[in-house]
Amino acid sequence: MTVLAVDRIGISFGGVVALADVSFAVEPGEIFAIIGPNGAGKTTLFNVISGLYPPQQGEVRLDGADVTGFAPHTLARRGLSRTFQNLQIFFRMSALENAMVGRHLHERRNVVAHLLALPSVLRQNAETRAKAEELLGLVGLAELAGRAAGSLPYGALRRLEIARALATEPKVLLLDEPAAGCNPVETEEIDALIQTIAATGIAVVLVEHDMKLVMKISKRIHVLDQGRTIAEGTADIVRGNAGVITAYLGRHAQRETAHAQG
Amino acid sequence: MRRFFANPYLVVVATALAVLLLPLLLESSFYLRIATLVFIFSLAVVGLNLLMGFAGQVSLGHAGFFGIGAYAVAIGPTSLGVPSWLALLAGALGAGLIAFVIGRPILRLRGHYLAVATLGMGLLIAMVFNNEAAWTGGPDGMLVPQLDVAGWTVHGTHAWYWIAGVSLVIGTWIAANVIASPTGRTLRAIHDSEVAARVLGVDVAHYKLIAFVLSAIYAAVAGSYLSLYDGLVTPTEAGFLRSIEFVTMAVLGGLGSVFGSIVGAAVLVVLPQVLTVFQDYEHIMLGLMMIVVMVFLPTGIVPALAGVLQRRTP
Amino acid sequence: MAEFLQFAFSGLTVGAIYALVALGFTLIYNASDVINFAQGEFVMLGGMVTVFALAAGVPLPLAAVVAVVITVAIGLALYRFAIEPARGASAVSLIIITIGASILLRGLASLAFDKNFHSLPSFAGSKPIMLGGAAVLPQSIIVLIGAGVIVLALWLFMARSLTGKAVAATAANRLAARLVGINTGAMVGLSFAVSAAIGAVGGILAAPITLTSYDVGTLLALKGFAAAMLGGMGNPLGAVVGGLAVGLLEAFGAGYLSSSYKDAIAFIVILAVLFVMPQGLLGRTHIERV
Repeated sequence: MTVLAVDRIGISFGGVVALADVSFAVEPGEIFAIIGPNGAGKTTLFNVISGLYPPQQGEVRLDGADVTGFAPHTLARRGLSRTFQNLQIFFRMSALENAMVGRHLHERRNVVAHLLALPSVLRQNAETRAKAEELLGLVGLAELAGRAAGSLPYGALRRLEIARALATEPKVLLLDEPAAGCNPVETEEIDALIQTIAATGIAVVLVEHDMKLVMKISKRIHVLDQGRTIAEGTADIVRGNAGVITAYLGRHAQRETAHAQG
Repeated sequence: MRRFFANPYLVVVATALAVLLLPLLLESSFYLRIATLVFIFSLAVVGLNLLMGFAGQVSLGHAGFFGIGAYAVAIGPTSLGVPSWLALLAGALGAGLIAFVIGRPILRLRGHYLAVATLGMGLLIAMVFNNEAAWTGGPDGMLVPQLDVAGWTVHGTHAWYWIAGVSLVIGTWIAANVIASPTGRTLRAIHDSEVAARVLGVDVAHYKLIAFVLSAIYAAVAGSYLSLYDGLVTPTEAGFLRSIEFVTMAVLGGLGSVFGSIVGAAVLVVLPQVLTVFQDYEHIMLGLMMIVVMVFLPTGIVPALAGVLQRRTP
Repeated sequence: MAEFLQFAFSGLTVGAIYALVALGFTLIYNASDVINFAQGEFVMLGGMVTVFALAAGVPLPLAAVVAVVITVAIGLALYRFAIEPARGASAVSLIIITIGASILLRGLASLAFDKNFHSLPSFAGSKPIMLGGAAVLPQSIIVLIGAGVIVLALWLFMARSLTGKAVAATAANRLAARLVGINTGAMVGLSFAVSAAIGAVGGILAAPITLTSYDVGTLLALKGFAAAMLGGMGNPLGAVVGGLAVGLLEAFGAGYLSSSYKDAIAFIVILAVLFVMPQGLLGRTHIERV
């Protein structure tokens, strides 16, 4: 039962084609990676799926329902959440508060009750705080909960964004370069975290440059080059695909690889 | 220690104490009048701070809402036969309604576009007050009948000191409630990263509007109080300079700090009074202050002081 | 028909002044992302300094030169003491700084000069010229020609001279400009100086027609900003087109609709542009990269 379907997505910016005819489907609990050289359109694809840019062609379907061009907050309500390549952390709030904001969809949002500090607000705050602490524990940030997000190390911020996105209780989680800038130890931790998340039934769609990570944990890999799909399949299939090698390393490398493989 | 100072309700208690104790320290009516003015302007600035400091949206036209409240209690009793307290309510609701209607399109703008749009809005409101002389008395303004509650006419500094003081305590309490609530967290999140807030399910437009409407109501109530207290209202209450004063008070005290709003209002109300010698230099002082504060203390007085204290205590 | 032409000429005349203010905004905005609310004060200073220099016995041409020099000096001081120290501050901070500068200059002007309205003698006599039934002041023609010359000179400077290109480079990408050896601080300073000069000349040309006083700056800045927005913030041609458009809208609005809300027209224009087409007539839409 496909939870996320992307169907022939196309988008251009001022005459430059960023994506053309991109399609794939993701199952619940699957780890699905999107890779490709720089400028391939991976982040643009994420931005289209998560409602930041409406596509000019194609459809995005969540649980079978057409959600193409829906606003990001509506998509979140329907179970789609994401992290950002350039870390959109709430830097002036604490780590705990960042995670608490992620609980927004599951809070009672009566503004009048908030204005008058009715008892329900205290209960709501306690509930949200408890859930947020749990999530921080999951990603290994429990001791840093009270620290200002702006003072946290880079690897911790990457995990915080994931915790925050998980707080929305998504069905589909888009991770935009979750291991970018992380050292091997941090990458291992993210790797384990992603597998834990997928094991709970959440479909994880991953954009990554770290090939070791991608090949190790992904069930299927989708390769983009200059906005188009050039391959999709398991790690082994993609690894040996001539087109993929050419896209990343150039024609010369492709000849060398073919030569090396006999 | 830091957590104690971070409690948003601390300012409510501090304000209540100040309101209760000041009359014991300030004998003369002149000083009580200054305190009353500080309370009234603080009320407007606390509201503006919710919009600027917490939600992160700039408004350079807030005096427009202040003016709506100010004129409501003048026009209501004079031309419509409406009792002052009802006019005050109507002014607050009217300002809220206008904020709601204008807010949706205006808050879609960012940065300096938003600043100029709010500027234009404020100026248009002031222009209406200036031109519609039949209703508003034109550039010379109009007299404001005194507040009459169940036969008791409210006038004089002593009465208004308490009304404004208690209102300010209530106003800071409501602000603290907002800050400590999910709404407050949402506003601060929007301020730090709108796009992240969106993908977490926040209807950003809705929340910006809440902050805008709330701040408009605070401003209108403050405007009504000033009008009733002074007995006179002129279009300058809705004017550009008044809007800039509010913003300067908010920024000077420290955006994002309720205590800062009160400090900022206090500084800008007290200083001209203390420097009455420099009447002609009022604009020069205001202009210089704006420049100096933004260059050297961009976060404002209270956060700067808090920073110094934090570095002293381990 | 005669009435239409009358409104058109007065609209174009005042529009030319708005265009110059808008051009000044655009120059500074392009070089530094700062919206300079003190732009109107440059126009005010041009007129007021000339008036008082003239009253002190200085011949008109020299008084005008003195006015421009003083205004440029003030423009540079504004950059050096208020803008440069706050480099990197948020957009709101910078707006507050320039508004503060505007209020400060206004206050200083009220003390240095006085609070009355003043005027300059017309440069080419005050007998109106009849054009198609409309009475046009010779000074109007001078304003239009003067504005045209300034726009042309500015265009030549930006497009043809090396310094002009350096300013354009600073505007396009500050860091890259620094890396190729351009003194970006000086370029931004230059943009302030040129804006001040343009504003001052505009003020001098307009003073014979529109009276000048210590506080004409605020309204001018706002209308000039409306013009810049209408034409497309950051586009010099847009600034000129926007300025003339706002001037014409004002003249026709005041003439045919209501003269008491004449000043409101510019603000309604601002709001309409911001709501309907924020990129203006000649601007480009902005896409945020995440």
